[in-house]
Amino acid sequence: MNRKKITRGNTIRRSTRKWFPLFLGPVVCAFIIGFVWPFVQGIYLSFCQFKLIADAKPIGFGNYVRAFKDAAFAHAFWYTALFTVVSLVLINVLAFTVAYVLTQNIKGSNIFRTVFFMPNLIGGIVLGHIWSMIFDGILSKFSTSIVMDSKYGFWGLIILMCWQQIGYMMIIYIAGLQAVPEDMLEAARIDGATKSQALFKVTIPNVMPSITICMFLTLTNGFKLFDQNLALTNGQPIVMQEGGAAIKTTEMLALNIFTTYNNSSPNAHGTAQAKAVIFFILVAGLGLAQLAYTRKKEVQQ
Amino acid sequence: MNSLAAERRGKTILTVILSVICVIYVLPVVAVLINSFKLNTFVKTDTFALPTGEMWAGMDNFIKGMTFGNYPFWNSVKYSVVITVLSTALILIGTSMAAWYIARVDSPFCKALYFLCVFSMVVPFQMVMFTLSNTADQLKLNTPWTIPVVYLGFGAGLAIFMFVGFVKSIPLEIEEAAAIDGCGPVRTFFLVVVPMLKPTMISVGILEIMWVWNDYLLPYLVLDLEKYRTITIHIQYLKGSYGTVDLGATMALILLAIIPVIIFYLTCQKHIIKGVAAGAVKG
Repeated sequence: MNRKKITRGNTIRRSTRKWFPLFLGPVVCAFIIGFVWPFVQGIYLSFCQFKLIADAKPIGFGNYVRAFKDAAFAHAFWYTALFTVVSLVLINVLAFTVAYVLTQNIKGSNIFRTVFFMPNLIGGIVLGHIWSMIFDGILSKFSTSIVMDSKYGFWGLIILMCWQQIGYMMIIYIAGLQAVPEDMLEAARIDGATKSQALFKVTIPNVMPSITICMFLTLTNGFKLFDQNLALTNGQPIVMQEGGAAIKTTEMLALNIFTTYNNSSPNAHGTAQAKAVIFFILVAGLGLAQLAYTRKKEVQQ
Repeated sequence: MNSLAAERRGKTILTVILSVICVIYVLPVVAVLINSFKLNTFVKTDTFALPTGEMWAGMDNFIKGMTFGNYPFWNSVKYSVVITVLSTALILIGTSMAAWYIARVDSPFCKALYFLCVFSMVVPFQMVMFTLSNTADQLKLNTPWTIPVVYLGFGAGLAIFMFVGFVKSIPLEIEEAAAIDGCGPVRTFFLVVVPMLKPTMISVGILEIMWVWNDYLLPYLVLDLEKYRTITIHIQYLKGSYGTVDLGATMALILLAIIPVIIFYLTCQKHIIKGVAAGAVKG
């Protein structure tokens, strides 16, 4: 099978090969500039002390030690993790519910779908400012504001992300639900299954692939969140800890790395880069777990 | 008969509930609209009131927002359009060619490149942001006309992934027939393969447009901000600047920023939803 495939593609392969500079050249160059080189340099700089990249000097694991000792970074990690779990559960449950309802031959389901998806087109920064105005408008009635209490900031961001992402996940769930074989559902009905039995025993097992995709998407989206976090609260309110460390209570990992880099201390750049590497390992770990998991699923099917 | 009536009633109730949720869903956008015509002092205290009487600001917010910080808003509109159009075009042409080469030649180098692309999809931007902005600065990629190279480099992963997946599903016979008829690889690609790639091109194009248009951190770090600002950067400057924040002017700019997006969405809605579903399922 494999051999046959190799011989079959030969005509195209032989004639195309010499066109390497035209077909691959531009992308390879851009890829090196935009990804490979910055990535390699980033790893190297995480072991250096530097203000300007030109005069970086290697200092071993000092940056990583500083990153792990940083109370604000640890706080950002747990805050991000908590935010991700809560948003993951809420977004997926609500998106699945909406998708399920919309696939039940409801009148005007196209209009509903259009409206629910709309927030996805608006960028994170703009979304953050829109919602900060709305939350402040509500909270000002109680003479407070979204940056006064970290609880407001947390739930505000959850509401914002639900508003934005439910529509996106709903689209994926609708595609999954429409692929559930109709005759399977009919067979269940004839065998006397109730609606909820059909949902839990037939529909949900059949849309498992969509559920997996949405779970991992919301998981990585939550971890990587930056724009909305910056625009909605920018980490405020700030709490001073004993020992003098200032903690931005609603700051997530990506924003923490960004603010660390803009700090004026001589180690700030290196520490920020070390944090970025730790952040990368976290996100990549989640992403690769997703790939491995989907692969396994595909093999089983 | 009875259960049918009950089901119909149930569906009517669901439609009503969904309509209410829909209205709530649109409210934030409506809030932007009414507050963009409201005097700044009333935006915080009377956020949900119509801009009537003494609250009415007319076009003042728009004028203030568009001249903020001595940076003309129309320039940022121009640069946003330039960056989005050029980047999307460059990504579509570059990655589709590369993906076809990768799928058809399939040498060890191609396999390695493909692996790197998939790998780049899981790398968060924070990992490369400092070094990337530095490299871009040195190579003079800090203008709206050259930043597309950065977008092509950092955003190639998903596009190549989607294109390779699609090229592999095209039967080889079509291209072989073209080759036998005397088509060279370049003509085969542009005259035979590209027309077949059209649906994937639309999906990838939509995903890239949505990404580049709304992107904040990459242009913020790469562009020369004295000269070039995108709409998003402009809004963040207006709102994020210290001192008194002019909320009315911010809302006016946000309204101007989301009107084209909503028009784009309503006209290409079908493709957008299809593109998103395709990108998500494969990514």
